[in-house]
Amino acid sequence: MAILRLEEVSKKFGALTVAEQICFAVGEGEALGIIGPNGAGKSTLFNLINGNIAPDSGTIHFCGADVTRVPPMARCLSGMGRTFQIPQPFERLTVFENLLVAGAFGTRRQESEVSDRCAEILVDTGLIDKANVLAGGLTLLQRKRLELARALATEPKLLLLDEIAGGLTEGECRSLVATIRAIHAKGVAVIWIEHVLHALNSVVERLLVLHFGKVIGIGKPDEIMASREVREIYLGIEI
Amino acid sequence: MSLVVPSWQVETRNKTSVPFGLAALAAFLLAFAIPFLVSRGVVQDLFFILTMLVLAQNWNLLAGYAGLISVGQQAFVGFGAYAMFACVILLGVDPIAAVLIAGVLSMLLAIPTAFFTFRLQGPYFAIGTWVIAEVVRLLLAQWKALGGGTGTSLPRDATRDMIGVGVMRDVFGMKASEAGDALTYWLALILLVLTVGFVYRLLRSKQGLGLAAVRDNEQAARAVGVNARRMKALVYLAASFITGVAGALIYVQKARISPDAAFSVIDWTAYVIFIVVIGGIGTVEGPIVGVILFFFLQNLLAGYGSWYLLMLGLIGILVMLFAPRGLWGLVSDRTGIQLFPVRRLLRGGSLNQVHKGGPHG
Ligand SMILES: Nc1ncnc2c1ncn2[C@@H]1O[C@H](COP(=O)(O)OP(=O)(O)OP(=O)(O)O)[C@@H](O)[C@H]1O
Ligand SMILES: [Mg+2]
Repeated sequence: MAILRLEEVSKKFGALTVAEQICFAVGEGEALGIIGPNGAGKSTLFNLINGNIAPDSGTIHFCGADVTRVPPMARCLSGMGRTFQIPQPFERLTVFENLLVAGAFGTRRQESEVSDRCAEILVDTGLIDKANVLAGGLTLLQRKRLELARALATEPKLLLLDEIAGGLTEGECRSLVATIRAIHAKGVAVIWIEHVLHALNSVVERLLVLHFGKVIGIGKPDEIMASREVREIYLGIEI
Repeated sequence: MSLVVPSWQVETRNKTSVPFGLAALAAFLLAFAIPFLVSRGVVQDLFFILTMLVLAQNWNLLAGYAGLISVGQQAFVGFGAYAMFACVILLGVDPIAAVLIAGVLSMLLAIPTAFFTFRLQGPYFAIGTWVIAEVVRLLLAQWKALGGGTGTSLPRDATRDMIGVGVMRDVFGMKASEAGDALTYWLALILLVLTVGFVYRLLRSKQGLGLAAVRDNEQAARAVGVNARRMKALVYLAASFITGVAGALIYVQKARISPDAAFSVIDWTAYVIFIVVIGGIGTVEGPIVGVILFFFLQNLLAGYGSWYLLMLGLIGILVMLFAPRGLWGLVSDRTGIQLFPVRRLLRGGSLNQVHKGGPHG
């Protein structure tokens, strides 16, 4: 059964079409990669999926329920976690408190019931040494890790990752991939937007290609990468 | 082979909180005894400080925690005061009981105004709150039974026969006017303790953590399951209740009301913002430091007429530029002292060294 299904979802910003009749589904525990040139509408798609913005038309089903008009808060509570491409930390809270908010509110539990798990997520994401530091003082890379850690604290069934591997060194990238594989191995469905294709392809089972708000291909990574249309769009981009 | 399971603890208390708790208790007992120790004039000054501090704690809760920058809190001061006058003059209710009714009515007023102002963002929200305060002032100035535009006074016997005044006359041998001042002072003291207790409990709770998240980044807060709208609405309602009670109490003590005084944006909002900003926004301690400073500045500069307002403004701007987290922020950053700690510090594992974390905000 599909955990997420989009049917003919469209969205325009004024005259600019950022999503055009988008249809696809993600199975429970599946990992889907999304690629596409800058400005293709990838982040906008995440905003539509998590309810940050409402589509002009079309429907979005999550866990069997129509969530098209459901606010982001409620989508999170039913198991949708996301990161922001431009990190959005709670700057005047500590790193640990950032996770505590997500853990307590995202799973409807008390702080004391989620604090151990939040600490463990900090260990897993390599942020434990920064636990008691204000999130506003983190570097960009640490902020990106915090995005991932905070999304994990909500115990998602579906995790939306928006370009969290950019700017990492080879070693950092490998450890990030290992972290995401471990999350995926626990049965969490993942949708990952990423320009770093080798990292993406070592995790996802399928790739979706977005171009000017349209899905122009979805399927196994090697088939997608072999398609002529995709190669044309990515001409000049190293594959 | 034994498996080492790291165990984690979360702590909020710090080493200053126990001595501070004792000092606060002693200060409270001393404050309670004040009417027996000092002159009526000093009691009235302290009443002013206490009520300004209640208003400042409320504005701090709105602006420093819920991100609701209101410049229209005089709507609730004035409305609470007028509601109290209406209860006393038109319905013959005891002034002290009327103070509580005024709080409830202020909260009811906040429901329709929230529908209007919550649609507005940022500076528009601020302007919206001010517009509402003006509308409420203009409407109440039409109310002839309460003196219209010129205002009216509480009947002498209403304050003379207030609940408690008789007892204080008999037991302590106070004059009616003395007893009235002592009574309003004690009520202001209780209101302040309840307000600080409420704010601090809220900040320590899960809801307070959610509120801080909403303040820092509403979009992200919603994405991790925080009901941002409901959180802000609850804070707005609570603040209007307490502000209404404070307004009513202030005007029981003044015993004379007029629309211009009761809805004064300078007295009930500009001064209050000044107190919060110089003391330190986003902390419980900040307004306490701020109100003491404000009181001394007011007495120091009172002789300078309109220069006084200019100087206050200048000091406010200087503090905002050079100490954006207020004077308490400076003290707290230097010393690590927090009298009302709210930080959740993670301890255990490799984290046992002590970090110095500033206060929320
Ligand atoms: N709130 C908005 N209002 C108007 N236009 C917007 C808004 N958000 C995004 N856009 C525009 O929509 C288009 C798609 O943006 P989006 O951020 O979804 O692209 P993207 O595929 O994530 O790109 P990138 O790879 O650079 O992250 C861009 O042209 C962008 O400028
Ligand atoms: Mg993007």
